[in-house]
Amino acid sequence: MAGIKSYGAHIPRFRLDRNIMQMALLFLGFAPIRGEKAVANWDEDSITMAAAAAKDCLIGEDAGKVDGLYFATTSPTYSLRQNAGIIAAALDLQTASRTADFTDSTKSGSAALLAAADAISAGSLNSCLVCAADCRVSKIASNGDYTYGDGGAAFLLGKDDVIANIEGSFSTTHDFVDRRRLAGERLEHMWEERFIRDAGYMKFIPEAVLGLVKKYNLNIKDFSRVIYSCAFTGAHAALGKTLGLTPEQVQEPLLTTVGDTGVAQPLMMLVAALEDAKPGDKIMLVSFGQGCDALYLTVTENIKKIKNKKAVKRNLANKVQLGSYEKYLAFRKLMPVEIGIRGEETMFTSFSIVSRESRELYGMVGSKCQKCGTPSWPVQRICPNPDCGAVDQMEPYRFAEKLGNIFTYTSDFLAPCIDPPGSYGFVDFAGGGRAGLDFTDCDANALSVGMPVELSFRIKFADEKRAAVNYGWKAMPIVA
Amino acid sequence: MAEGIKDKVAIIGMGCTKFGERFDASPQDLMVEAFVECLQDSGLEKKDLGAAWWGVHMPDISVGRGATTLGVALKLPFIPITRVENFCATGSEALRGAVYGVASGAYDICLALGMEKLKDTGYGGLPLGGGLGYKAPLHMFNLTAPGGFAMMATKYFSKYNLNPQDGKMMLAKVSAKSHKNGALNPKAHLRKEVTVEQVMNAPVIAWPLGLFDCCGVSDGAAAAIVCRADMAKKFRPDPVFVKSIQISVSSGEEMLYTKWDGAHVEPGYRAGVMAYKEAGIKNPREEVSMAEVHDCFSITEAVTMEDLQFSARGKVKEDIDAGRFNSDGAQPIQIDGGLKCFGHPIGASGLRMMYEMYKQLQGKADKRQLKDPKVGLTHNMGGFPSMCVVSVCIVGK
Repeated sequence: MAGIKSYGAHIPRFRLDRNIMQMALLFLGFAPIRGEKAVANWDEDSITMAAAAAKDCLIGEDAGKVDGLYFATTSPTYSLRQNAGIIAAALDLQTASRTADFTDSTKSGSAALLAAADAISAGSLNSCLVCAADCRVSKIASNGDYTYGDGGAAFLLGKDDVIANIEGSFSTTHDFVDRRRLAGERLEHMWEERFIRDAGYMKFIPEAVLGLVKKYNLNIKDFSRVIYSCAFTGAHAALGKTLGLTPEQVQEPLLTTVGDTGVAQPLMMLVAALEDAKPGDKIMLVSFGQGCDALYLTVTENIKKIKNKKAVKRNLANKVQLGSYEKYLAFRKLMPVEIGIRGEETMFTSFSIVSRESRELYGMVGSKCQKCGTPSWPVQRICPNPDCGAVDQMEPYRFAEKLGNIFTYTSDFLAPCIDPPGSYGFVDFAGGGRAGLDFTDCDANALSVGMPVELSFRIKFADEKRAAVNYGWKAMPIVA
Repeated sequence: MAEGIKDKVAIIGMGCTKFGERFDASPQDLMVEAFVECLQDSGLEKKDLGAAWWGVHMPDISVGRGATTLGVALKLPFIPITRVENFCATGSEALRGAVYGVASGAYDICLALGMEKLKDTGYGGLPLGGGLGYKAPLHMFNLTAPGGFAMMATKYFSKYNLNPQDGKMMLAKVSAKSHKNGALNPKAHLRKEVTVEQVMNAPVIAWPLGLFDCCGVSDGAAAAIVCRADMAKKFRPDPVFVKSIQISVSSGEEMLYTKWDGAHVEPGYRAGVMAYKEAGIKNPREEVSMAEVHDCFSITEAVTMEDLQFSARGKVKEDIDAGRFNSDGAQPIQIDGGLKCFGHPIGASGLRMMYEMYKQLQGKADKRQLKDPKVGLTHNMGGFPSMCVVSVCIVGK
């Protein structure tokens, strides 16, 4: 039987207060949607958020043993070139791995989870990462514009030492049309909200819950937590009553703090549930898309061993107000922005280089001199230590999990950046090595020499002429 | 043991265009303008030139590649021409080629010409990193020239415990001094004096550097004709003799290894040491009368004073505060306004620096003329503090 060995999550640092959206959009009408939504930084997308959640998930785990990565999203960056492959490269997973994208429905996250569990139960995979992230955009002032938030979750699945067993599942399929986007379209279309609520959530979620309970001869009261997807705060509360759940059983849906994160929503809620879980707890997870997947999990003693995760709690606490709806539009490229004629110079993307040097560029794998121990990034063939100079005595050395301190930095208003100033500098790593890196998720005025930093996989630049989004690792201040 | 080039080569003619936003002039206009002045100054004719070294850093935004661009623009009579490029030290590299051409005995007379046309891009600052190769945008940070040098200011302030206010004040004095000098120079790009307060209060470009901490981005060209030292006085009574010309290039150690302190430029120090040795200078602080250094940013000039051993490590602030490098100080620096105010058309800058040293040694520097300078030094840096080339050239009577 397969189970969850570890979990991780990512919530972007920026939050947008929906009141600020209302102020900007009042001329289009009043939208009674409260709270705030998490907004991906300009250098984040579904790929980077999944990678961040996966990095969190792999803390304390052996990434070298992972042999599968499934990625679920409805906002893929590439529709030809596997997005999961980019995440696998960022995590420097072994090449003997199975990777796949699960997409097109907000229940793709649970589908990926079930596919991974089945592959492990069948013995075809040993250790599979499942990540889900969404960074969806909708028309200005649409329901999605207000309700959507950005975020991601990740789980490591395996057979042994699991923190929660996946005991069983029940799935339904309905060609129910709530939201849709034709191939090639960027912005979503949504059908009537009342229809989605009454003919969708209120019908399919109970159907799946009852189906699962019946299939395994359980009682809804057996579950300490029930997680069910829902985009609307009111409908989510109403569903709890319909299902006969006590308030303690209902997993908080993050709608007023993060927003509706699409594919990631039920999985992020599962991370939050596991953060609070005790051995023996039964958890139910119900996703919603074109039908539902309902999963039944039991928490084991190993849950006590999980530590040092950002998960949902620490990510929720790490927030900065974006403060401007226009900035959100600029970040998501929903509004053309003048970034200077300098910024119009497009940089060429050579996919020969991207492919050949993927381990260095995406995997943040440098070299370490076997003679003197000096690590370097980018990869060197000749040791840069002037007292060593060994030739071709290097072994691969991954920097992505290493912590460092700012050696020096600047915040640059001349550098083309959608959120100036662009901050960057040199980082000296614990364990040796110095690298020049862009900084992200930082306050330019708070940077200082010696400040502790960690690395985050982010977008470097988009090269639209060549259908390329280029990625790499950036330094960001460590938040306690 | 190499014997070096001291006193083997003399400069017998120089030319320099007005630097600035030369929206009026094509790259070829600038090349011809510098060459005509240079040739007239030397009293020679084109047919006397044995070979030429031609420097342009970003030919792809101006004349295009190859040496033909010089031959065709100047109608040089089928002589050997080599186009050189070495970041912002390109002009000095052209001069080094010409000087070595003569010193080797291969030619009697050589031309060095450097030009850059930066203002056809449509924006301020230098073009982005296309010139750094296809891989650069994929792995490098969002680096600009001011940002690259700002990181040295950050580190200098941190290492020597200068709070941002005191650090910026030190740098502001560097820039205010150069503006004062540049105001006297009719060929300079920026000819307006500024106060230390103005410099301090200018908008930030790349923290901690502000607008007036950055040099001008300019169009311009400069040229030199060099010949065998023993024949120099046949052409003019006041040739200037090359005492040394050296260049040091980063090994990668600064950027990749954790030993470099980030508050000095290692090739700058090393090029100085090599040049002093070749020229026989024991005490640079006392023996070098004046210098034009690569003040692309105020911090670069400050650190260079230490790299060239004009000031002790960490002590340049004391010398700046004492006015040592002002036009009336003990060791005037950037007497022509420097990159800061004369401007910085990359391929021309090394030769522009030499133009001022040449004029000063000849006593022809007009309102800027220093009292009887003996030894002049040019320091021309290309790249970033973490990875660069630095050329140091010493000249005298």
